Amino acid sequence: MSLWLVVAAAAAGTYALRVSFIALFGRLDDVPPRVERVLSYVPPAVLAALVLPELVLSDGALAVSLGNDRLLAGAIAAVVAWRTEDMLATVVVGMAALYALSLVP
Amino acid sequence: MSQRADFAAGVRDSLPTLPANAPFGFVVGAAAVQAGFSGVQIVAMSATVFGGASQLAAIDLLASDAPLVVVALTAVVVNLRYTMYSAAIAPHFRRLSERWRLVCAQFLLDTTFAIAVTEYERDEDTDRLAYYLGIAAAIYVTYVGGTVAGVVFGDRVPDGLQLDFAVPLLFLALLAPSVSDEPTAVAAAVGGFVAVAAVGAPMNVGVVIAGLAGVTAAVLADGAGVGQ
Repeated sequence: MSLWLVVAAAAAGTYALRVSFIALFGRLDDVPPRVERVLSYVPPAVLAALVLPELVLSDGALAVSLGNDRLLAGAIAAVVAWRTEDMLATVVVGMAALYALSLVP
Repeated sequence: MSQRADFAAGVRDSLPTLPANAPFGFVVGAAAVQAGFSGVQIVAMSATVFGGASQLAAIDLLASDAPLVVVALTAVVVNLRYTMYSAAIAPHFRRLSERWRLVCAQFLLDTTFAIAVTEYERDEDTDRLAYYLGIAAAIYVTYVGGTVAGVVFGDRVPDGLQLDFAVPLLFLALLAPSVSDEPTAVAAAVGGFVAVAAVGAPMNVGVVIAGLAGVTAAVLADGAGVGQ
């Protein structure tokens, strides 16, 4: 039951974020540039907060070494991501790198 | 172009994201069942929250027995970036009826936003609604379908495939274009490092703190005139 509350709260909160400016528009002439600027910092901050721990931590401990396959595969995928900005290429190269590295003893 | 053609174009333009989206949904479904969600609950969550990153963050926290308030709060904070997409896409939706705008909002996430705005800026004549609904339909069906598959088949996929790694890779692909100048680079660097440092923080508020720290640091860097 309480898990349904989590689902409902997350869904309602998320919809409120999504609809925020879409609903305001028309009542508001334009999004203030200052607000827009601050909002543009949210994706890099949150996305990096989601990615980095997945790459540099192993079982909750810092694992920055050549023995960390996910860190190496992630670094290779990062190069592809910055060079191509192509989602599919990033995922495919990253997964292929992870598989290749796991074959290295 | 006709509405039908623009809808089809939306579906077509979203195809390159689907090979990443389907496993994303799958990982969500498989991980959620292990963490204690019922199959119906997690499919409902994918259909309503429709945001893989936030769902995985919530599932992770649930599996480590975080308070439910923190679980829900983290899910919402991870989705804070949709506010920015909402602001950026709003002008393109100005000619839609109020009702359609409210519908379109539900499907707003990284990929629908990125694909739609690219096309809107490329071609003024593309039917805003039809094209958007084409993208949304393809991604929504794939993602929710992927979640169902994850619930049903999740325990039969060998661990060696490490499908969960597709998720940070997808974020990496989204992170790259979001870093466009010094303040956004500061936001990413601070957000990332604080998240690593905050692993094991009380009540698992790490992502919440990291997100706020990253944005704050970027505002300060911007105000200090870094890179200007």
